[in-house]
Amino acid sequence: MAKKVPPEINAGSMADIAFLLLIFFLVTTTMDVDTGITRKLPPPVETETPDNEVNNRNVLKVLVNNQDRLLIDGKPGDINQLRYKVVDFITPHPGDDTYPEVTTKHIDQLNIDIPISKGIVSLKNDRGTSYDMYIRVQNELAAGFNELKDRFAMEMYKQKYSQLIDKDKIDAVNAAVPVAISEAEPEDIGGK
Amino acid sequence: MSRFKTKKGKGSPAINTSSLPDIIFMLLFFFMVTTVMREVTLKVKTKLPQATEVQKLERKSLVSYIYIGPPVKSALYGTNSRIQLNDTFATIDNIQEFVAKEREDRDEADKKFITTSLKVDGLTKMGIVTDVKQELRKAGALKINYSTRKGKAEKR
Repeated sequence: MAKKVPPEINAGSMADIAFLLLIFFLVTTTMDVDTGITRKLPPPVETETPDNEVNNRNVLKVLVNNQDRLLIDGKPGDINQLRYKVVDFITPHPGDDTYPEVTTKHIDQLNIDIPISKGIVSLKNDRGTSYDMYIRVQNELAAGFNELKDRFAMEMYKQKYSQLIDKDKIDAVNAAVPVAISEAEPEDIGGK
Repeated sequence: MSRFKTKKGKGSPAINTSSLPDIIFMLLFFFMVTTVMREVTLKVKTKLPQATEVQKLERKSLVSYIYIGPPVKSALYGTNSRIQLNDTFATIDNIQEFVAKEREDRDEADKKFITTSLKVDGLTKMGIVTDVKQELRKAGALKINYSTRKGKAEKR
């Protein structure tokens, strides 16, 4: 008895079907990686609490007005210098009265005590400030802190902060260089 | 000499295309894995500003988006920046509601990891952004991300 050969299924249109699906997914999906500057908002204040007494020398005031101009510590400033100002300000200067106070902090991961500046960068913007400018300022502030993190990581691990992989090391650097950016309550000065 | 004789009249043999579907399926799966479905149709223009110190936003399922920018149909809705939540325009008052709903949709364990990504047009004034931030603070959505493109910041 001759074996019955089942007829071959024509798979010629399979490619077309797959192409159709492929094109559907190409059109309906996005591939962009979301990037951005991550920040943490302070929790809301319910009751009127008196302002925390922060020593004046501990605060670097950064103001942006509705003309997108900068005022750094009371003096008109340039955006390109902001990151160096931040680095200079936050770097601990023990015994120097013109810089923020210095405390020592224990880093658990490394089991050492290191000096840490008590400095805070206070950012205040107007309602009329453009978002572009605001992000540029935030970017410069972040760049300043990243520079400090890089320096610390270089000193301790001979690696840049962005190249660290070990979670303990990253935590250690984050503990040693806290990102101290405070945003003031909004104020309406310049109108819309 | 017959070695160099060209075959004539036979025509070129058909190329075997039986592996073509496999190749296309491979491409398809690649795109299915690496991309995400477009969630909303944008009603506002969001030309994001550029920044250099950006971080990647991890775990996209835990990110909720708020879009702020001038409406696409400016003839109909004007050119002032508006807020878009999900698929519709919204006002400041809707934000807390939105945050509560986004929280409801997530697992209990993931609730504290929810990040709110602000996709804001560069030409928007900070007033509206500040209002949104204040509302987010009240709603308890404290982890935010200013969405930016990676690149050198330039003055517009």
